[in-house]
Amino acid sequence: MTDHKKTSAPTLPEKSPTRRSPSPEEKSWEQNTLAPVLDKSPERQREFTTISGHPIRRLYSQADLPDWDPKTQLGYPGEPPYTRGIHSTMHRGRLWTMRQFAGFGAAEDTNQRFRYLLSQGQTGLSTAFDLPTLMGYDSDHALSEGEVGKCGVAISSLADMEVLFDQIPLANVTTSMTINSPAAVIWAMYLAVAEKQGADWKKISGTLQNDILKEYIAQKEYIYPPEPSMRLVIDTFEFAVKETPKFNPISVSGYHIREAGSTAIQELAFTLRDGLEYIEYALRRGMNLDELGPQLSFFFNAHSDFFEEIAKYRAARRIWHKAMIERYGSKNPRTWALRFHTQTAGCSLTAQQPYNNVVRTALQALSAVLGGTQSLHTNSLDEAWALPTEFAATIALRTQQIIAHETGVSNTVDPLGGSYFVEALTNEVEAGAWDYIHKIDSMGGMVAAIERSYPQREIAEASYRYQMELDKKEKLMVGVNDFISEEKPLDILQIDETVAHRQAARLNKLRAERSQEAVTRSLAALRKAAQCKENLMPAIYAAVKAYATLGEICEALRQVFGSYEEVAIT
Amino acid sequence: MPQQRIRVLIAKPGLDGHDRGAKIIARALRDAGMEVIYTGLRQTPEMIASAAVQEDVDVIGLSILSGAHNTICPQLMTLLKQKGMDDVTVLVGGIIPGADIPALKQAGIAEIFLPGTSTQDIVEFINKKHANS
Repeated sequence: MTDHKKTSAPTLPEKSPTRRSPSPEEKSWEQNTLAPVLDKSPERQREFTTISGHPIRRLYSQADLPDWDPKTQLGYPGEPPYTRGIHSTMHRGRLWTMRQFAGFGAAEDTNQRFRYLLSQGQTGLSTAFDLPTLMGYDSDHALSEGEVGKCGVAISSLADMEVLFDQIPLANVTTSMTINSPAAVIWAMYLAVAEKQGADWKKISGTLQNDILKEYIAQKEYIYPPEPSMRLVIDTFEFAVKETPKFNPISVSGYHIREAGSTAIQELAFTLRDGLEYIEYALRRGMNLDELGPQLSFFFNAHSDFFEEIAKYRAARRIWHKAMIERYGSKNPRTWALRFHTQTAGCSLTAQQPYNNVVRTALQALSAVLGGTQSLHTNSLDEAWALPTEFAATIALRTQQIIAHETGVSNTVDPLGGSYFVEALTNEVEAGAWDYIHKIDSMGGMVAAIERSYPQREIAEASYRYQMELDKKEKLMVGVNDFISEEKPLDILQIDETVAHRQAARLNKLRAERSQEAVTRSLAALRKAAQCKENLMPAIYAAVKAYATLGEICEALRQVFGSYEEVAIT
Repeated sequence: MPQQRIRVLIAKPGLDGHDRGAKIIARALRDAGMEVIYTGLRQTPEMIASAAVQEDVDVIGLSILSGAHNTICPQLMTLLKQKGMDDVTVLVGGIIPGADIPALKQAGIAEIFLPGTSTQDIVEFINKKHANS
């Protein structure tokens, strides 16, 4: 092997390739077949790396799996360590849920898109909220100016939520909600709509993103400091275990970590370490892991480096299983099995030659399917420009349907299992992730690591390194730094300011018609509960039912908890 | 005589927290020898204008991905004018639909850098603009 030497700094702290012990046949191949070819024509690059900078060897063989034990490291689908998937029949039994993230404008606009997507064969809903909602501000707050309905749907009160799910039976549809800091409030609104529809809380299912740690690490949509934020998360855990056994109160998310520029190994490690941090906090609260475990779900990015992504999903399941058994002595197989949603990488989409994004997305989606995802969102071709048009969103959904019904990739479980390359890469990705997990353990956990800006700094480094590779054309993006051509602009979805006006009018009407006394009373009760240690879900639910607005509820909590400001790293 | 380093304020206005681009640009400009101040997240146009005055910057780089550019940019330009900072070069980087670009330039934005721009292009633009100032 001649290409082991690295030309640029390796991605820390990834392991160098495992020691190899080639067979006599392989040695003979190297000498007699390979060497003469390399003498005549060198390879295209001196070294090959994944998009994350992880080194990839010329050929993988048995020599790359010296200590590999298929019994303990591969196993069978539906059995530990779940490398091959968490279900015995995987997508032969049931296809993944096709769950397209949607949300724009006011509640009635998104309601219409939801109903359209369901009519086109989508099997689950996924809600995108606008920035004011994500930050806990009502649509008519001064800081909301210019942002209402732009990046998602504007939801300021239960009245908006009722419109959002109008004529959508929550008893029959699973709903994912991408909301974090104000997750408890938005969830309370959803539960109130379910109750109003007569849907049984014990039967409704869906997922709340509710992953505040990755907000501090990557996406930065936080309101309160870490400790009270973690309390809110654990409050939703307790409430979910008791009241909504089929609802996932959290989706521990690597997606945003990756979008912020992390490597695949960082995405995996920080996400799983976040998951462990939530468990630590839940245990400290006195919760039982094997009651909670089955309701924890995960969310990964499907980036462009095909095999690295597949290795990442396989390693994720193996790490989680090991951690549940070895760290917590979990006895419940449903706690051991890591379930995850995947979204194709928004940051890989190009504004240039946007139709190429259909191809990127299809390949990324394929990696998620081959990696055993439970549900999937495929991005639309126009999302480097704006929220998707209905036309673009339909192609994205059709992409999944083509993978599911035309390619045959789901006819067998884990078709890549046993591939020298995939198994070796899975091992390497797993080892790299454990290194990070141990490092964060040694810092005292993820909250402590965040306070030291450790994951933030690692991601910023990786993101800068990748940008420099693009600038120097060491990595190519088609249509961006090579293969450039002229193109016509796309028709994109425009959100105008009438959404903000409609929202303001609805809020004025709400404030005039609701019982102000009930609102004041419920907010006072919430503040009082926040000052004590009790679970906040009942008080939040009561305030929501009294039609207190999202902004009012988040402000009441802000008065008790304070707000968070990060130390900016550049 | 040593040359004065170009002073740049990188700002992230609005509620959006996606700061990957802002951080990359801040570092790339610093690596190119400029003096860079990063405001951190969630800056109102008032905060950005005040910081620009206080830091006496030559360039302001705004990172906007949220679609709020048509609201934020004109507000900032008005404030800068009021504070007598007419000569500062204001750049925008992020997701800006082509249809919005003429109005933003009309409002006084010197250049708009779309996704996929290399950091060298931005460095060169700033250097050229401030070569003789």
